[in-house]
Amino acid sequence: MRFNHGMIERNSVLLLVLSFLTVTIGGIAEIVPLFAVETTIERVKGVRPYTPLELAGRNIYVREGCYLCHSQQIRPFRDEYERYGHYSLAAESMYDHPFQWGSKRTGPDLARVGGRYSHEWHMAHLIAPRSVVPESIMPGYPFLVRRLDAADIVGHLKANRAVGVPYTDEMLANARADLEAQANPDADTVGLLKRYPKAVVGNFDGDAATLTEMDALIAYLQMLGTLVRFSDVRPEHLKQ
Amino acid sequence: MSLADTSHAASASPGVAVRGVVRAAADEDQVENVIRAFVIATCFWAIAAFAAGVLIALQLAIPQLNLDLEWTTFGRLRPLHTSAAIFAFGGTALIGSSLYIVQRTCRTRLFGGEPAGWFIFWGYQLFIVMAATGYLMGVTQSKEYAEPEWYVDLLLTVVWVVYLIVFLGTIMKRRERHIYVANWFLLSFIVTVAMLHIVNNAAVPVSFFGTKSYIVWAGVQDAMTQWWYGHNAVGFFLTAGFLGMMYYFIPKAANRPVYSYRLSIIHFWALIFLYIWAGPHHLHYTALPDWAQSLGMVFSVMLWMPSWGGMINGLMTLSGAWDKLRTDPSLRFTVTSVGFYGMSTFEGPMMSIKQVNGLSHYTDWTIGHVHSGALGWNAFITFGVLYYLVPVLWGRKEIYSRTLVAWHFWTATLGIVLYITAMWVSGIMQGLMWRAYDELGFLQYSFIETVEAMKPFYFIRALGGVLFLTGGLIMIYNLWRTVTSGEKAEKPVRLAVAQA
Repeated sequence: MRFNHGMIERNSVLLLVLSFLTVTIGGIAEIVPLFAVETTIERVKGVRPYTPLELAGRNIYVREGCYLCHSQQIRPFRDEYERYGHYSLAAESMYDHPFQWGSKRTGPDLARVGGRYSHEWHMAHLIAPRSVVPESIMPGYPFLVRRLDAADIVGHLKANRAVGVPYTDEMLANARADLEAQANPDADTVGLLKRYPKAVVGNFDGDAATLTEMDALIAYLQMLGTLVRFSDVRPEHLKQ
Repeated sequence: MSLADTSHAASASPGVAVRGVVRAAADEDQVENVIRAFVIATCFWAIAAFAAGVLIALQLAIPQLNLDLEWTTFGRLRPLHTSAAIFAFGGTALIGSSLYIVQRTCRTRLFGGEPAGWFIFWGYQLFIVMAATGYLMGVTQSKEYAEPEWYVDLLLTVVWVVYLIVFLGTIMKRRERHIYVANWFLLSFIVTVAMLHIVNNAAVPVSFFGTKSYIVWAGVQDAMTQWWYGHNAVGFFLTAGFLGMMYYFIPKAANRPVYSYRLSIIHFWALIFLYIWAGPHHLHYTALPDWAQSLGMVFSVMLWMPSWGGMINGLMTLSGAWDKLRTDPSLRFTVTSVGFYGMSTFEGPMMSIKQVNGLSHYTDWTIGHVHSGALGWNAFITFGVLYYLVPVLWGRKEIYSRTLVAWHFWTATLGIVLYITAMWVSGIMQGLMWRAYDELGFLQYSFIETVEAMKPFYFIRALGGVLFLTGGLIMIYNLWRTVTSGEKAEKPVRLAVAQA
């Protein structure tokens, strides 16, 4: 039988169904294997869910649209290795809902900014960027010194668990205590560090009395890219 | 005379009927009030989107303009600009003209009539306002071009399903045997956007009364899903949908048939099949597995062909009517837009090649590329459609001032040229500076030196934006005068016929 395009042009439902089928193919071919092929996520140790304070900080990072000017995705180029560090792994963002890889570097990449600058530097830079980097074009964020609203932090952890982040019952039960302990150098942080290895504890914004948005955001920035120890990683762990 | 009477007179007027090859429907009273509302809203959102763009462009040149206030930082205003441009300006123009096109080409009244049309109009406008106010308050999912949170996404889903039903219903009760080519593109745009929207925005809210949710996808899978969505927001919202506009308004204004029927079939199916695969070119050299990056690159390069198929079909429709470019305000913009479409659909496949992308990605080159498409293609074709539709919908003989159309055309064109050339220079320069080494083998530039080098180009870009905005304001004045004082231009003879 000779194919006749006129059949499709005369039948709106046929046109709808055929064009829908046509547009589903590419997505199925490219997205489904990323879930099915186990090697998509590299076999490296150290990646863990965010601490409650880091998660609150990450939500501020998202809220302020930081990803619009800062990528968190280092490419395997010599200059990027020297500027930012080891190229980014899929494993390093496996608990990111949503991902924050970004698409533009109006400012530098932040995938491994953790530990590069002091808490004081971050505080000064976020309040008035040009006070520490005169040529910077970043907006100032002085309003972040307000109190952190994290009344529903347990709800946030639960929602993350619902989408697949392995928060344990213990983590949920201690969420509020962990949130406050991380920003208080005098607190008992043994439990926090057992639940969330390598969590950075400190009085991030210099104001011990109040848990601020600045505390949360700096806690998040200070952990970025610090979880995987690359000296322990073998090439076979990275094969995708 | 009431608005409804005017619309009837306008659609029944023989002056309109003889304009094109697509037979105008004189047979059934069509919904035009809603279309007029879409036209007015399109003009409003155009200015909002261009003004927001100028503001954030200036913020990059003069960071003090961020004002140290949470509601006015670049990070919150940038989604406001992109959503205003793509969804408010582009979307309102697209939905409005699609409802016009489908009634005309099917020679029938809108399925669901005025109530359905008004529901789509107000539902969509509410979606825009809720999304925009959310951005200013910091309510965002942080997925580019899919920033609205879960409750706004649900509202859009309802509106969109009604839109699909109304559009499909109108095609089903058509009085033409064949479904016109513009409607193939529009129908595939509507159904594909529905699919993309639902999958990419799947999320679990923290609480029923809160705004915050967490996307169900994580990390690399979320990145792939996002750019499968993001690139096809370009591919279907800004391309397939706008090609539907092209396939109606260029033949109508030129009074010529579409150049090649066969080409329209081939490039339609090829375009919608290939576009979906192109997303991974936004993720070159990332943690996305190589096989997916390579697939994205290969399909992106192939996409060049059906894209140019559309361009050729649009431009060649002008065969034998090229002189109208000088005289017809609508064609001047629509035809130029197809030229820009051809240019950016060449640039896009080139930038999707991994080695080119290694240089261009993360730089302003991408921003320039997007704007040659958004300003040159989407905005210009919309301007052409507005110059066509306003006289038709308000029953005017022609546009108030052709001189002002020329002023609009040249200020806007100059604005685009300044914009994209500034971004080419700054993007390629920054990409090269990032990878530059000195003779001792050290990185030659610190990051902040590359930021400083961008400054002059950020000013030039902002100037381009100001020119484009100025052109938009000239257009709105011209359209306003067309509606309010166009009566005098109406030939008495034609009025008599129209009312007969």
